Amino acid sequence: MKLMINGQERELDLAPDMPLLWALRDHAHLTGTKFGCGMAQCGACTVHIDGQAARACVTPVASVEGKAITTIEGASKDSKITQALQAAWLANNVPQCGYCQSGQIMSATALLTQKPQATDEEINSFMSGNICRCATYQSIKTAIKQAAASLA
Amino acid sequence: METINLSRRHFFKVAAAVAGSLTLGVYWTASHAETAPQKPAGPGEAGSPELKQGLADPQAFIRIDPDSTVHVIVKHMEMGQGSHTGIATLIADEMDADWAQIRAENSPADASRYGNMAFGGMQGTGGSTSMANSYLQMRQAGAAAKFMLVGAAATLWNLPANEITVKAGIVSHPSGKTAKFGELAEAAQKQPVPSIEQLKLKTPEQFIYIGKPALQRVDIMGKVNGTAQFTQDVQLPDMLTAVVAHAPLFGASLASVDDTAAKAIKGVKAVVSLPNAVAVLASDFWSAKQGRDALKITWDESKAYKANSADQLASYQKMAETAGKETTKIGNPAEALASAATLVKANYSFPYLAHAAMEPLNCVVHITDKGCELWYGAQLQTIDQAKVSELLKIEPAQVNIHTLYAGGSFGRRGNPMSDYVLEAVKIAKASNLSVPIKMVWTREDDMRAGHYRPMFFHSLQAGLDKDKQLIAWQQRLVGQSIMAGTPMAMMITDGYDPVSVEGAGEPYAIPNKLVELHTPEDIPVPVQWWRSVGHTHTAYATECFMDEMAKAAGKDPVEFRRGLLKDSPRHLAVLNLAAEKAGWGSELPKGKGRGIAVVESFNSYVAEVAEVTVKEDGSFTVDKVVLAVDCGLAVNPSMVEAQMVGGVGFALSAALGEKITLKNGQVEQSNFHDYTPLRIGQMPVVEVHIVPSQENPSGVGEPGVPPLAPAVANALFAATGKRRYELPLGTKA
Ligand code: FES
Ligand code: FES
Repeated sequence: MKLMINGQERELDLAPDMPLLWALRDHAHLTGTKFGCGMAQCGACTVHIDGQAARACVTPVASVEGKAITTIEGASKDSKITQALQAAWLANNVPQCGYCQSGQIMSATALLTQKPQATDEEINSFMSGNICRCATYQSIKTAIKQAAASLA
Repeated sequence: METINLSRRHFFKVAAAVAGSLTLGVYWTASHAETAPQKPAGPGEAGSPELKQGLADPQAFIRIDPDSTVHVIVKHMEMGQGSHTGIATLIADEMDADWAQIRAENSPADASRYGNMAFGGMQGTGGSTSMANSYLQMRQAGAAAKFMLVGAAATLWNLPANEITVKAGIVSHPSGKTAKFGELAEAAQKQPVPSIEQLKLKTPEQFIYIGKPALQRVDIMGKVNGTAQFTQDVQLPDMLTAVVAHAPLFGASLASVDDTAAKAIKGVKAVVSLPNAVAVLASDFWSAKQGRDALKITWDESKAYKANSADQLASYQKMAETAGKETTKIGNPAEALASAATLVKANYSFPYLAHAAMEPLNCVVHITDKGCELWYGAQLQTIDQAKVSELLKIEPAQVNIHTLYAGGSFGRRGNPMSDYVLEAVKIAKASNLSVPIKMVWTREDDMRAGHYRPMFFHSLQAGLDKDKQLIAWQQRLVGQSIMAGTPMAMMITDGYDPVSVEGAGEPYAIPNKLVELHTPEDIPVPVQWWRSVGHTHTAYATECFMDEMAKAAGKDPVEFRRGLLKDSPRHLAVLNLAAEKAGWGSELPKGKGRGIAVVESFNSYVAEVAEVTVKEDGSFTVDKVVLAVDCGLAVNPSMVEAQMVGGVGFALSAALGEKITLKNGQVEQSNFHDYTPLRIGQMPVVEVHIVPSQENPSGVGEPGVPPLAPAVANALFAATGKRRYELPLGTKA
């Protein structure tokens, strides 16, 4: 099966019903996308499919053939928005354990793509699918707003 | 695990060992590149080639590369609490290094060099002790390194050492001579290691990093770009992934398994049976999981625990009707209660709680002819080494642990029985395959495997005399022991588990006080410490009931507490600070309420004021939490703040919506749809105020947790006039 991951075509031997998460992690060896729940509850596995945020743990690989898949590894390199968010994440010392943070940044990237000047309510609603057990929410909010300001 | 007993003798023994073992080595050269793991590891990640070389000559907390990178070798696991950054701060400060040249990595597992002095020398992380037990030791290591670098420069330049200074990683002499650390490292290694007496540690005025705001976390880069390596991310040649079917009930065992369908799945390599589990090994997670789900297993449930949570709680309530083991007795509580002018009674109940760290439990194991290699977020290395060596009949030193970042733990990864580590090793052993095996639990496996914060029931009575003075307090607790039956059982000294009752009725000066404990022993649901341990329930019962007594006495809750805290100046200081910053006493609009709680845990003092809004439909939000903390000297104020804010969020998560319940012995919750952590929209604004202090640093990972739930419940009372006796609170006031 051919997948377009971070702008590169990858030929991988995958069962069609395999969730994209495991194709990325175990086959493409891109481990920045995390496993947290496996049922679209936590957001740790957030990637972009054609620019839209998606939960890789419930996305069968067959459904994303021919689509542009972006992971934290690709976005870190190519997305100005992701880079602005990362800079704000650094400035605010956001991560604690860090396990949720790839997903947080991927969701925040999708949010600022759609809503460059997201309000508090828009942040709360868009980011509600991303759990952080370390509860870094307060600094996530600050960092998103800082990144938005830096991009404006 | 919260007491830190650094006797003078013990301290000097350990300190001498530190100084004697300090080496500055330049180990990493190109010829060692073949030791690099498959996946390039970044700074701060165990398994990097530097660390492998460090193992060859590991007598060090500090290693300096020729390019002047300073590697701080940290004996405490990083699970988010900031131990790597905190310990690097101590070393960087005493060395006068530049923060940009500092990297942190995990130490090997070796208690003789990397023991936790708060754990009697055993290597491990927990009880909020990382900073407390490292504060002096790591500063001495940093000062010794600087002493040797200066000594090397003096020899090289033929100039007196006392004229040489170090600033921001540059060693210099007024004559104009300068050198970077890397240029001096090799020569410094040959310098005599200074004695403790020769070391001049800085005075607080001389600190350049300690106590200063906002150093960038040393572990941050990999955590924002996805390259940080967690156990889940380990990839080794020929590695298989194991997914496990656990017995559905505590105490059940395997009767038989039909693995035909599982073995037919592409990628499945082996199926392994253990007494209470079956593991499917496959070339990737997905195949292993499909294999696991295709197993047809018959469990023997004849010895299984089949209770319902409601019945278990009812039995606790019954136990609380009779006297338990006395753990505190002051004055004559029975008489004082009998003579009280006003008697108040209340019962509180607390469910089992899962840690539910973001990274479900996992462990990578490779049994080789030399021993056993393990990669995981190891929290109690010495215990895990002992348990694994016992199982494999090898020496503990042959159990080589590569400690990785943990994607959270909240206590769970420090399992005193090494449960998940042993399961991984047993699978590897039974498989008889000589390949690395990554055992991965799904979220459901993690949620249902037990090792919960124990369910507890508290029954309280207190009495006021006719002058409204609190004269008597009786608190009876019922709940399983965390320590009993574990290697920690040695902490059970007076016939009861001290962490079951820690904090109950404390620290209030009440002339007649009685705390009693019932410890049910026939419940096979495994229990474990959960961020702030006993304080998770004792603080709630104590601080909610104190509020109730204040009301009964007709006093303001802060005023009432002040009167009972005259001999507890540090409690009083945080109580007053939080109250002042929160505008305690000022008017609030209708539907809003303010509540307060103050708790000491892990030698730190925290007071929190919560503000809530109760809506027309009875639902409520927690809008704001103002927190004051005295944790001794705040080594990294921004890290202290992060732990306090995170502690508030973690505690609120449990207070609002977390509980593990059993139905016919089966855990009812399985994933984040029915065990519901706090989400971003529920996070209150948290304001942290740190009390300036020159006392030795104490814990920060846990102490933000205990006061939150009682502060919220007291705020709800202020808004509604209704007391809350049961956790979680749910969404309605
Ligand atoms: S792992 Fe996909 S949402 Fe949790
Ligand atoms: S930083 Fe630990 S789960 Fe978010």
